[in-house]
Amino acid sequence: MIRAKDINERTPWQDLTPGGEIYEPGTARLFNTGTWRTETPVYHREACKQCMLCVPFCPDSAIPVLEGKRQDFYFMHCKGCGICKEICPFTAITMVSGGEAR
Amino acid sequence: MSMPLSGNEAIAHAIKQINPDVMGAFPITPSTEITEYVANFVANGEINTEFVPVESEHSSMSVCIAAQAAGARAVSATSSCGLALMYEMLYVAASCRLPITLACVNRALSGPININHDYSDSMGARDTGWIQLYAENNQEAYDNFIMAMPIGESPTVRLPVMTCMDGFITSHSVENIDLLDTETVQQFVGEFTPEHYLLKKENPLAVGPYDISAYYMEHKVQEAEAMKAAKAIILEVSARFEKISGRSYGLFEEYRMEDAELALVLIGSTAGTAKAAIDNLREEGVKAGLVKIRVFRPFPGEELARALSKIKAVAVMDKSEGFSGNGGPLFAETRSALYDLKERPHMINIVYGLGGRDVRIEDVGKLFERLAAIAASGETGPVYTHMGQRSREETK
Repeated sequence: MIRAKDINERTPWQDLTPGGEIYEPGTARLFNTGTWRTETPVYHREACKQCMLCVPFCPDSAIPVLEGKRQDFYFMHCKGCGICKEICPFTAITMVSGGEAR
Repeated sequence: MSMPLSGNEAIAHAIKQINPDVMGAFPITPSTEITEYVANFVANGEINTEFVPVESEHSSMSVCIAAQAAGARAVSATSSCGLALMYEMLYVAASCRLPITLACVNRALSGPININHDYSDSMGARDTGWIQLYAENNQEAYDNFIMAMPIGESPTVRLPVMTCMDGFITSHSVENIDLLDTETVQQFVGEFTPEHYLLKKENPLAVGPYDISAYYMEHKVQEAEAMKAAKAIILEVSARFEKISGRSYGLFEEYRMEDAELALVLIGSTAGTAKAAIDNLREEGVKAGLVKIRVFRPFPGEELARALSKIKAVAVMDKSEGFSGNGGPLFAETRSALYDLKERPHMINIVYGLGGRDVRIEDVGKLFERLAAIAASGETGPVYTHMGQRSREETK
């Protein structure tokens, strides 16, 4: 049984699963969709009050929380939508042009 | 056991014998009775199929897709505009490689609105990735439905199967048909045992993911290869079916083709009319024959080319228009299949019987006269013509 991690853009058609079936859960985390980003959020730790409002508003789990503290962005799945910046009451998030994380 | 059943009753009886896990269906003439009969069987506790009444055919096919992906056997029945409303989901069923079985009771597709028979519904669905089997009569409708699951569920195939019969002509006419006993049917059809399914708790599965261009083509090649592989599986299953029923089925039926010089290629109940016409012509010494297509998808191109290789003139009869401006769908497939022959027969296309327009033995007789004239003169003449419509030329 072929695993998602063993399927890539060089896999011949004979080795792909029928209809593209995926035989395991949670495989989206394997794919770097952060490359889609054309704008990038910047986290200003000094301005952040740890209100946690940005965390549930992020549509793509790009804001990790560790021991009750918001961490810097996890950019592998951040699409740069800017919702976190809009929702932040303390201007602790700004957006910069381009896909590169600062 | 011989019983007088309509085509719809025959399909409902087959469903009752198979006792599938799920039926998602929405009523539409002329297939409504199938759904009604099965709903009755369920209500009476005769089968334990989960009957899911829905608000549209888009939903009935969606129910089948979900059920089949979950690991269940799903069936549906529809006609005409109902099939059209399923189109999107027909592609999804095939591309997810879910061997759903659908009884399609053919009816002209609107518009103008019409409830009678032609193949404009299923011919429109010919490129959806479904296997298509066509029946001439009630017996074949019953037999094809029973063969559908072993064909579609074969691991090398994994494609949905549409078993088609002519609306009203077959679906509502009562004929004595030979029924297999239920135990034999259940043994023949067997259990559906997919390797992967949504309810397999040891192994979570995702079905129908988004396919970017780096993968879509590979999956379509897989589907195309499955369709090609289906031809051998259809013949295998048909051979196995002959052992339990004594009835022999191929990809198409050849009628009096051994020494034929003039031949028809057609689908469905018109074959009965054509056979009667051919018997009359044979008594007059005309070497007339018939190829009745049973399997339209996958199309038996090579086999058909061999069957027609010695014929002088062929008329391909399409009971659906197609509006290609260049002939009907059966004609396009047949003429293309014969291209590789060194010596090809003359070939014409007759579009006939649209919206239930009757075709009689005399009509077929006249068509053979035209084929005889083509064979004698060596001139094909007009290639793509219609038959059975009123026209100014005929009333003069």
